[in-house]
Amino acid sequence: MDQPITDAATTKKDISIVCFSGEFDKLLAAYTIATGAAATNRKVTMFFTFWGLNALKKEKGRKAIGKDFLSRTFNWLMGGRNNLPLSRLNFGGASPGLMSGMMKKNNVAQLDELMEAAGALGIRHFACEMSMHILGIDKDDLIDDVQSVVGVATFLNESEDAHIIFI
Amino acid sequence: MKHFLDITRETCPMTFVKVKLQLARMQPGEQLEVLLSEGEPLENVPRSCEEQGYKVLSIEPTDNHRHLVLIEK
Repeated sequence: MDQPITDAATTKKDISIVCFSGEFDKLLAAYTIATGAAATNRKVTMFFTFWGLNALKKEKGRKAIGKDFLSRTFNWLMGGRNNLPLSRLNFGGASPGLMSGMMKKNNVAQLDELMEAAGALGIRHFACEMSMHILGIDKDDLIDDVQSVVGVATFLNESEDAHIIFI
Repeated sequence: MKHFLDITRETCPMTFVKVKLQLARMQPGEQLEVLLSEGEPLENVPRSCEEQGYKVLSIEPTDNHRHLVLIEK
């Protein structure tokens, strides 16, 4: 891109989304709001904490990342973007695949497509320092769209004039 | 130069996203013709483009509740 996607002169209120949940449908909602807001001229920041971090792992499947036995077990059990469960009617992990099929049939954007659009639209991705520490996740384990690993104070400072949405 | 984008098969939010990203790739002065459906895309795509300072030159109905919107960057 040869110019910033988001026009700084826009008078629209900024949007900040806290992605706490690591469920497929909730992350889909978060990315739908985020990309829709960025495409309609709003500056968007996404802050990923706890289970939400699973969506940002480079490894989309299961990988035992972490420094000790517990964090490695946790990360293997949680998995990555391909292992996100549905918040309801998950049926042992079968439903996200079925839901993706229904979305495809109805020409609704998939999570991967929305995440790619989020990067192209210049949406800022912050990862929570504290939860990464607990779960033993390094910045290198996360996709390149993650600009920085920050604490809550930085996130709030960066969201001073924004609507904050918690998902 | 005139570009063309059909977003009639897209759903929210990719309707707005595709227009935004296409306009970002274009040079000032170039035009984009967007084929879109009535309802949410027709109500919000032209408005969103104007907010960014682009000119909406025309909005013409075509067929099957679709419209052609001509935008100049």
